[in-house]
Amino acid sequence: MTNVASPIAERGYAHPEVLVDTQWVADHLNDPNVRIIESDEDPLLYASGHIPGAVEVDWVRDLNDPVRRDYIDKARFEELMSRIGVTPDMTVVFYGDKNNWWATYAFWVFQLFGHTNAKIMDGGRLKWEKEGRPLVREVPNYPRTRYVAKERDDSRIRAFRDQVLKHMEARKPLVDVRSPEEFRGERTHMPEYPQEGVLRGGHIPGAKNMPWARAVNPEDGTFRPAAELQQLYIEQLGLKPEDEIITYCRIGERSSHTWFVLTYLLGFPNVRNYDGSWTEWGNSVGLPIEKP
Amino acid sequence: MPGARGPRYAGAVAWSCGRSPPLGAMTAIPEPLARLLHEVEGLDRFERQQLLLEFADEFREVPPEVAERPFPEENYVTRCESQAYVFARPNPDGTLKFYFAVENPQGVSAKSWAVIMDRTLSGQPLESVLAVPPDVIFRIYGNEISMGKGQGLMGMLDHVKMLAARTLRERRSEG
Repeated sequence: MTNVASPIAERGYAHPEVLVDTQWVADHLNDPNVRIIESDEDPLLYASGHIPGAVEVDWVRDLNDPVRRDYIDKARFEELMSRIGVTPDMTVVFYGDKNNWWATYAFWVFQLFGHTNAKIMDGGRLKWEKEGRPLVREVPNYPRTRYVAKERDDSRIRAFRDQVLKHMEARKPLVDVRSPEEFRGERTHMPEYPQEGVLRGGHIPGAKNMPWARAVNPEDGTFRPAAELQQLYIEQLGLKPEDEIITYCRIGERSSHTWFVLTYLLGFPNVRNYDGSWTEWGNSVGLPIEKP
Repeated sequence: MPGARGPRYAGAVAWSCGRSPPLGAMTAIPEPLARLLHEVEGLDRFERQQLLLEFADEFREVPPEVAERPFPEENYVTRCESQAYVFARPNPDGTLKFYFAVENPQGVSAKSWAVIMDRTLSGQPLESVLAVPPDVIFRIYGNEISMGKGQGLMGMLDHVKMLAARTLRERRSEG
């Protein structure tokens, strides 16, 4: 496995256009057709310093429905886009902490609404900071836009519990991207993270385990080249590009990262993310669980 | 960029000089913490964020005379993903001075919480430290904080309380 990132165009990705490097972002800080968006796990991180001109999209406050367990609806998405000054034609570039884990999650939610002019900054905050690039605390206030969104389309890239059950019964591929300990049912939460209220441990029968962060160079947070990703997902897991694949984790955030890798970097056309994930499956009465 | 707004809330330094709130049901917790809770209740989200950032900016790692790397496993906060460590040293009056290390450089919330706990719990009666309820995290950081992040900060508080409880227990067994 390589630890130094080669240029994005040389890594053999199916859709290299969804990634931009830090220099591209630095060159487009004042581009009126580009909006840089930071999405983090730590709610203070953006406020502590961010890429000049970047706005924040918070995964809890901005992307989730405040009452029911679901994502925001069309009206709330339109309000969000208007507030951060984005038009339908504008290119949004996500970056964030934790190897872009939350950035890909926000990217995935944006795709539910069909905002396809979206990219990820390869390496995220980690690489930007390691390169000594500027971070500022000033919060930009862009003029509001009028954004008319498409209706949220949950059919293409999102999977629900009953669909996952049928998928499992049909023995179609499921990728569990949690830690090996979670997969084996030895724990019901991430290492170093607290218990988050799941009654049963294990995994969905037939699922194969590939922890999400294996797709990233730990040194600088960049995505691994396509050849290395193929080794992980095709050779080790046995996935085929034509497969219908469902990814899942605990609440669908880590698995949105793997969804991004499979869909855009390897070019698998039929990948869906099960955001109910283990906090739904492991708490549901009567659903089958596999545990060594 | 158009209409940028910068930090405008200078509260982290000033808050400790504020007037005491009517304590009511909060009399059991340390008064500095009660004062902080009273203050943050009146802040909007942006002001709260600025206050917490100011605390984070004042974070100072545990001094080498107290602990050095590799930090002992017993001081590690297992529930905090920011790789936090908690240490305590006795004060002459029998209270404790708390110290912290946060190994994750992006652990801004953990750093701010470490500073808050040092400011509000160090030097306070140990019984009152033990009386701090876990929901103070949400009162200070807001309900929108994720469950994972909230639980991690609670883990740091639990470690502080564990050190306070151990000190009290040792003192009682000696006495």
